[in-house]
Amino acid sequence: MIVAAKKPFAEIKESVSGHRRILVVGCGTCVAVCLAGGEAEVAILASQLRIALRLSGQNVQVDEAMAERQCDREFLDDLGKKRDVAGYDITVSMACGAGVQLFGDVYDQMPVVPALNTLFIGIAEGPGIWTEKCQSCGNCVLGETAGICPITMCAKSLLNGPCGGTRQGKCEINPETDCAWARIYSRLSARGNLDYLNKVLPPRKGSGKVHPDMLIHEAYKHKGGFVKGKAGE
Amino acid sequence: MKEFCPKIEVMMCAYCAYSDADMAGSSQLQNSSTVRIVKYLCTGRIPVVHILRAFEAGADAVFVAGCEVDGCHFVEGNLRAAERVAWTKRLLAETGLDGDRLEMFYVASSDPHNFARAVDEMTDRLNRKNIEKSLA
Repeated sequence: MIVAAKKPFAEIKESVSGHRRILVVGCGTCVAVCLAGGEAEVAILASQLRIALRLSGQNVQVDEAMAERQCDREFLDDLGKKRDVAGYDITVSMACGAGVQLFGDVYDQMPVVPALNTLFIGIAEGPGIWTEKCQSCGNCVLGETAGICPITMCAKSLLNGPCGGTRQGKCEINPETDCAWARIYSRLSARGNLDYLNKVLPPRKGSGKVHPDMLIHEAYKHKGGFVKGKAGE
Repeated sequence: MKEFCPKIEVMMCAYCAYSDADMAGSSQLQNSSTVRIVKYLCTGRIPVVHILRAFEAGADAVFVAGCEVDGCHFVEGNLRAAERVAWTKRLLAETGLDGDRLEMFYVASSDPHNFARAVDEMTDRLNRKNIEKSLA
């Protein structure tokens, strides 16, 4: 999932200062799971804003709303049916960077400011702890590397074995971090697959990736989506 | 000048803390008139936003009263509440409200003075503080 963290409160407060009607919108997917932008976090931020702005003498209305997914147009359209979004002066989006941008596209007359910093694609290690696992490089090599991503887990993103800085299984950049290639070696060794290391991985196709990237699913490549009469062929 | 009478919201568990407050009443201990009590089944179930909303509604201070350490009816609800209170103090400080306006107390049900002491401490703390920034 996408992992994000709340921006410093002072920065959020500054970005809405001077506005009278403020809508804080959360997102019910990734950022809700990582305790950054779900319903509870929306309630906390809205309450903090009400207290802080009233203390600084501003008479404000701060309301709360949720979208199931801010990165999906239909859920933002849904929000517009339930709320008079245009009636607010500014929106604080508690979604990842993708959600904030789509919110800005759907409600293009409405200023939108982010309340989160989007950090990485990662996993939950335990309560309140997430770690990065994928850089969405577009050219997955996990099948060759025992399911450990050398692009993400190696500080130098090396594709064919460790650098000279690996020491007793730890990384020279951060001695508290495991060397990705030491882990790959020991896991392949345990599985009896050390021969995988004989294969030289070529430079990644994605290294020259042009942004913004785009994907159209194979089934939707015909303009208009589903093609009549072709089903089952 | 009108005398300041702080409003203190007490969020307490239905077991040790409430029993203690109840015993304080039946023991005819003089309690400060500053407190408003909200009873929860366990302090571990008090969400952060309830505390923040108490301040929004005009509370000058909030304290959470739970069972003693190792004495929680739900094993560790009081410890979770203490962690949540510590975090909420930081959230309050970000808004400009002094984190000292919020506190966690462990109150054993065996001594009715425990609750009375907690109320007195928060009342004294407020009286020592600059109260101009209250939202009331």
